[in-house]
Amino acid sequence: MPRADFDRDLRMLQDDILMLGSMVEKAIMTSLDALQRRDLDLSKEIIAGDDHIDNKRFEIEDKCINLIATQQPLATDLRVIISMLHISQELERMGDYAEGIAKISLAMGDEPPLKKLIDIPRMGQKSSNMVRLSLDSLVNRDLVTAQVVLKDDDEIDALYEQVYRELLTFMIEDPKSIRRGTYLIWVAHDLERIADRATNIAERVIFLVTGRLADSLVKETSSMNNEE
Amino acid sequence: MLEAKNLHVWYGDFLAIRDVNLKVERKNVTALIGPSGCGKSTLLRCFNRMNALILGARIEGQISFNNINLNSEHIDPTEIRSRIGMVFQKPNPFPKSIHDNVAFGLKINGYAGNIDEAVERSLKRAALWDEVKDRLNKSALTLSGGQQQRLCIARALAVEPEVILMDEPASALDPIATLAIEELIRDLSNQISIVIVTHNMQQAARVSDETAFLMVDQARSGYLVEHGQTNQIFTEPKDERTEAYITGRFS
Repeated sequence: MPRADFDRDLRMLQDDILMLGSMVEKAIMTSLDALQRRDLDLSKEIIAGDDHIDNKRFEIEDKCINLIATQQPLATDLRVIISMLHISQELERMGDYAEGIAKISLAMGDEPPLKKLIDIPRMGQKSSNMVRLSLDSLVNRDLVTAQVVLKDDDEIDALYEQVYRELLTFMIEDPKSIRRGTYLIWVAHDLERIADRATNIAERVIFLVTGRLADSLVKETSSMNNEE
Repeated sequence: MLEAKNLHVWYGDFLAIRDVNLKVERKNVTALIGPSGCGKSTLLRCFNRMNALILGARIEGQISFNNINLNSEHIDPTEIRSRIGMVFQKPNPFPKSIHDNVAFGLKINGYAGNIDEAVERSLKRAALWDEVKDRLNKSALTLSGGQQQRLCIARALAVEPEVILMDEPASALDPIATLAIEELIRDLSNQISIVIVTHNMQQAARVSDETAFLMVDQARSGYLVEHGQTNQIFTEPKDERTEAYITGRFS
């Protein structure tokens, strides 16, 4: 088959992205687990582990550059490589948010969280699920799943708004709780940003499949799917 | 396995290449790139003593193959050429049947094994078998240009060389036939060493593991500027002349 080596390299590039995705998903869930269980050693492990995520991203970037330099990718091949470059960056930043949550957990030290964590774990579950769905849509070049991710982001935004208001109420009632309340707002904000970046991946998948970048297209494919 | 040390080549008084040092590794594709007249083909021909066929050609320095000096008087150039085969720009099948083209070198060398099996094996290695298996006795000249070139590669492979030198092997072919040749080069690189001269920089980037960039000086003599992993040459060349050439800013 023509260009068998190149096709193999493109498949391996996608496998690398999936590997990076699973590393990031694990970091997100573990950072929340460590936060809830107040396991500071586990938080430290996540902070140390972020270097592996960064290195994996650089490895992917290096492969993309080499493929562009040596294989002269065009059309879909070019979009795949450019998309992988962007997606690797999005995933790596998600890893940074997980690391951020671990750092907040360390900053909280021996103190218990201001309140029992209910919505924050839900946000974690949902945003981590969005990461997985966005990568599923990548593997299957699936616009419908990409749209699901875009919709889920609205739910995360709503949850974040809810968490924010609730914590604000606590802090207004008792100014001594401001520090502990702020920690949890930061955590919720990190999760909200993870969901945003999963949305960016879904938008990249739409670009990869359709070749178009504009925001209008996101709405267009959304209405197409609704009609179906 | 194949190495040029302080190699100078003259055609009469004209110094065609000067002081080239280059190593070709085992089971590896090395591409020679550079502007016209930089001595790529001259260097390639040194690797199996083809320059000896050119009147007035003279070599200084050393070419060694598995640590044997290729230019020693005791070396039989025919023996060398069976271990270091060559494929040219224009496909040059003999006006014989497809079968006989591939069997030619085997017969000359007094091959003791089963010739038909060796022909089939070589045609398969050259990714041509499926296209010609039902017409092995037809003239090789009935094949398309791309098929003829793969036939020439099969002919070179038949005598089980360790190296094949390719001088612009796809420049006379259309894009589809070119891709087939490139694919074949990649497949063969697991088995033998290949040195390929190409004007097509993108082709060098696609097919080779290592790339050597040659240039030509004021006196029109070719010399080696840089040699390295193909990924490195095409993403971060060390020499600014290489950078200028591969980015098209060469004058």
